[in-house]
Amino acid sequence: MRRHALLALSCCAALSAPAQAGVLAEDRADVMYHLYDGGGVEIDGPSMLVRKKFAEKYAVSANYYVDLVSSASIDVVTTASPYKEERKEYSLGGEYLRGKSIYTVGFTNSKENDYEANAASVSISQDMFGDLTTLQLSFSRGWDQVFRRGDDTFEDRLDRRVYGADLTQVATKSLILGLSWETVTEEGFLNNPYRSVRYLDPEAASGYSYQAEVYPRTRTGNALAVRGRHFLPWRAAAQAEYRWYSDSWGVLGHTVELSYTQPYGARWVFDARYRWYTQDGADFYSDLFPREDFQNFLARDKELATMTSQTIGIGASYELRLPGMDFLEKTTVNFRYDYMLFDYDDFRDLRVTGVPPGTEPFYDFSANVVQLFFSGWF
Amino acid sequence: MKNLRPALWLAIALGTAGCGPVEPWVKPYERERLADPIMSWDRDPVSASYMKHVYESREGSRGAMGGAGGGCGCN
Repeated sequence: MRRHALLALSCCAALSAPAQAGVLAEDRADVMYHLYDGGGVEIDGPSMLVRKKFAEKYAVSANYYVDLVSSASIDVVTTASPYKEERKEYSLGGEYLRGKSIYTVGFTNSKENDYEANAASVSISQDMFGDLTTLQLSFSRGWDQVFRRGDDTFEDRLDRRVYGADLTQVATKSLILGLSWETVTEEGFLNNPYRSVRYLDPEAASGYSYQAEVYPRTRTGNALAVRGRHFLPWRAAAQAEYRWYSDSWGVLGHTVELSYTQPYGARWVFDARYRWYTQDGADFYSDLFPREDFQNFLARDKELATMTSQTIGIGASYELRLPGMDFLEKTTVNFRYDYMLFDYDDFRDLRVTGVPPGTEPFYDFSANVVQLFFSGWF
Repeated sequence: MKNLRPALWLAIALGTAGCGPVEPWVKPYERERLADPIMSWDRDPVSASYMKHVYESREGSRGAMGGAGGGCGCN
């Protein structure tokens, strides 16, 4: 039950190659192993992405992605039992190039034992003003079904619409600028059917008890990002990015990301990056409510808490020459490692007992993210 | 009204100036650096998509995480 997992995919991010309008992306296949390990959660699995052009006007792409989840997160440890589950996702996409426009359609299906999501997307990308400007408009629609393990009577739905606009501008011979806007509107069952909030209860031995979370059935969020990428004279690239986010639940987020890319020799490319993220929590979030049914909406999901995260990452890519694989024009083996730190300002660590409710230390954790993938151009 | 006339003409002149053909200030043959693969917003789509998934699964913010288009017109 990992609702957020599906949102990124409904935007068809997996299928939208970072190509410029007026030219379709190269024929390419990627096979990846990914691993996330942190906060008592381990998620790994494969991902495969293939893109192929036809007659320089059409392109198709397909993505297969798996998450194998083994969770003993702090929520699970304090209010439920550790579990394992699997999520499989299939995406298909098509592109049509006409003049300086690219028309794209995509479809994604994702299934796990208590959640199914389907999303369809369309977009148009247009080069203009002497090919210095590229404008892309996109829309996607998602239909999700939510279930609850061990409760056959529970079933609910979630509808999603995502509107996006991206503008890329060539500023100088060495500088490219980007502006992205996206609005996400959702209606339906938005909370996690397993998660609880806690409230003060003098009758309980621990001083508090739990009740189920209650979320609004609608949410609308807006995100705006500006970014710039600069080519440096010794053949390297530096990028800076800022993203602002605000939604109808009161979540306000800021993201700053810096990255640097350095080729070395003919075969190596190295990357380094740093990302800082902070958010104000949702209006109806509280680590500890004063009593049961304290207000209409109740949340204690740490993703809706006031928090900060930092990510520092490195990457290396090496171009291989494989004997007997002449049909491949180029092959690379790639490794990426990211170290993430999460700090919560109003989500307490309930593994600490024997202290008055509301005085437990604030929770924090770190995570390791590993990606190993092979890419082949054909 | 007479005093406003120069301002009106100036506004019309400035307003219509944008309707003419735009002369690219970076010519196609000057885009070698922009066409370098290291200038892609996301050089490896399979990796960029995965990292978006990692962030959006653990943070409250959603959207506007990708850069679309390159605009270098290098085909």
